[in-house]
Amino acid sequence: MKRIRNYGKNINLIIGSLILFAVLIMMIVSFFYTPYDVNEMDIANKLQPPSLVHWFGTDEFGRDIFSRIMVGTQTAFFVGTVSVSIGLIFGVLIGGVSGYFGGWIDEIIMRIIDALMAFPGIILALMLVAVFGSGMVNTSIALGLMAIPGIARIARSGFLQSKDAEYVQAAKLMGQTPLRIMTKHILPNVISPIIVAASIAFAVAMLAEAGLSYLGLGVQPPDPSWGRMLKDSQGYLVSAPWYTYAPGIVITLMVLGFYLLSNAIRDISDPRSRK
Amino acid sequence: MRTIYKNFCVISILLVVAIFISACSGKEGEDTANDTNKINIRINNDPDFLDPHMAEASITFQMLLNIYDGLLIGDTDGSLKPSLAEDYRISDDGLTYTFTIREGVTFHNGEPLTVEDVQYSFDRLMGTTTGEPLSSDFDNIASLNTPDDKTFVITLQEPNSAFLTYLTALNSAIVPKSNDGKHNENPIGTGAFKFNSYSPENNLVLEKNENYWKEGLPYLDKVTFTFQPDDQTALLSLQAGEMDIVSVGSHRVSEVEEQFNLEYQDSNSVLLMGYNQERELFTDIRVRQAINYAVNKDDIIEAAFSGYATKLGSNMSPAMGDVFKEGMEDTYKQDVDKAKELLAEAGYADGFSTTISISSHAALYTNVAQVVVENLKEIGIHAEIEVVEWGVWLERIYQGRDYDMTIIDFTGVLSPYETINRYVSDADNNFFNFKNEEFDQLMSEVLVESNTDRQKEIYQRLQEILSEEAAAVYLADYQIIWALNPKLEGYKLYPYFFHDLAEVRYTE
Repeated sequence: MKRIRNYGKNINLIIGSLILFAVLIMMIVSFFYTPYDVNEMDIANKLQPPSLVHWFGTDEFGRDIFSRIMVGTQTAFFVGTVSVSIGLIFGVLIGGVSGYFGGWIDEIIMRIIDALMAFPGIILALMLVAVFGSGMVNTSIALGLMAIPGIARIARSGFLQSKDAEYVQAAKLMGQTPLRIMTKHILPNVISPIIVAASIAFAVAMLAEAGLSYLGLGVQPPDPSWGRMLKDSQGYLVSAPWYTYAPGIVITLMVLGFYLLSNAIRDISDPRSRK
Repeated sequence: MRTIYKNFCVISILLVVAIFISACSGKEGEDTANDTNKINIRINNDPDFLDPHMAEASITFQMLLNIYDGLLIGDTDGSLKPSLAEDYRISDDGLTYTFTIREGVTFHNGEPLTVEDVQYSFDRLMGTTTGEPLSSDFDNIASLNTPDDKTFVITLQEPNSAFLTYLTALNSAIVPKSNDGKHNENPIGTGAFKFNSYSPENNLVLEKNENYWKEGLPYLDKVTFTFQPDDQTALLSLQAGEMDIVSVGSHRVSEVEEQFNLEYQDSNSVLLMGYNQERELFTDIRVRQAINYAVNKDDIIEAAFSGYATKLGSNMSPAMGDVFKEGMEDTYKQDVDKAKELLAEAGYADGFSTTISISSHAALYTNVAQVVVENLKEIGIHAEIEVVEWGVWLERIYQGRDYDMTIIDFTGVLSPYETINRYVSDADNNFFNFKNEEFDQLMSEVLVESNTDRQKEIYQRLQEILSEEAAAVYLADYQIIWALNPKLEGYKLYPYFFHDLAEVRYTE
């Protein structure tokens, strides 16, 4: 009961989930309905300020910015989900094997992870996109690869700590296979720091997607992406500032939401950081 | 609670910084540098060479044409006028060009201009002594002669009606023989301004040539070309009075039009959408015409250039003067029904899928492509945009000709022949894979045609063929917009990249 009451007091959790919930709703709605067709141009009405007709105004082609922000949510979530999934699956697998078996396997894997870690993530993503070509799927994969080392390390330390725990010894004595021990016994006990890392990775991936799109390497036009909108709007900063505000604020809110949420999860799940 | 407090702290600090930065940038200083007689001009990048025979970039000549003169000069209307050659004669067979060299011209180092210097300049370009030509423009020259000390004769192997266009400082600047080997470090010419200093990635400084051969010119004492790749920074420098001439993006005109004089230069460029006519889809003229009918040029001009562009109908801009064929820009006025009809006739009633491959180095191409995609959607063509790096574009699309459709702009040259010779079937740079017998035939005819009226007729017919055959979708010649310090006068616009500062001066 005490724990549950604590959830309610955690303001990070409340604000973070509210933001993410709102964005999630926006994304779901965008699949069925947007005020305007996202790519429909109306050049006579370009760069209109926000009004009742166009809530966030229109861009340089007269496209509705609010509709594009809505559909941009799909892009952000797609990239976030795919890259975090890749990061989680491979990160946990690699980190788990490394931590559980230890010895030379651990040495080899962790040195490779070290090397990947030493590489600045965004540069790695840039390189992969340059080699395999730009676009949403490639960007997601590149960002997923970028997320693997961090998650692998956290998973490894969890598995390393737990592999000699009594419940693991007991499971071993019962003759269970390593795979079953790792997935059924250890993983549930070490999952919370991994979830924290994954939710941060989600925010990082969205931000990196915006960055890559800003550089022209992420999502390709005309499909909307927040980063690309930010880039396109930059030339109109003085004449049409609302064009920049919309994607800028949404990106900031989104990342803030994920950070608050991950902070909250950490506070709740880690007894030491609880006040 | 502590974490959220920390977050708020960070956010508020960022906000304060943002406000501070925007407050700084908004200031408008009045302390312009024009109390003395000097001018500061923004140039996007460094020159590739100061040696005019080595340089290729058009932005380099934008500056260097103030230092160097050629035998002729391209005037503001695109016609050729005498410069260092006072006069010239062309023989009836079109093979011998006789130039009278202007008297009383001195180089910046004080030496008088002689025919030896002219001969030296052409020898250097042709690589007569070194065996390594610096330019291929003069491969057609059979011999150079200097019968007396003010006459220079060029004899060609074959007649070439476009030859005179190679004789401006853009292709053949006249440099002094005595400066051999030092043209890049210490540029010396006969122009209105002489070289003072060059600091890479910073600026190029020129000073007044007191002995300029045009009496009374120039007015300015000092010219500084400042290299500033960032448009935003350049605009701010202009507003702060640190720069006097800056190019302004069309969408930012509203920010500067009140305080500055604006000059709209027809850049003589041709922005077009090309298709690979080796690909089966585009071998059919009906498909090409359908695409032409689908595209709305007005929308493109409005979206990409805020209206500051001239609609085109063929591969030539009105800035080319009287060889330009008028009235073709609406040949393919947007007509969705007609486009659909043509597509249906060609057997693509349900449309098809294709890719528009463009370079990432300028937002222009993406902007145009996005409008085109929407236009094509209306006639059932599903086009995907593929953005590639400039290097990849040059290699794969321009040289490799591996693409469906692309969007590109060609910067203007003075020679009408050069402007359209990429459409000759076997031209190296015919990346459209355009093939038309009449076109090839007329192109070889115009080279040997000595009658200028007949030349014009042929060039106009050539432009018609490109339009009739729908060799590409000809979109626009966009304007370059220059914002000038309002106290300046005498700035002239040319159909090529040239900041002519000889006649520029302050009004007060």
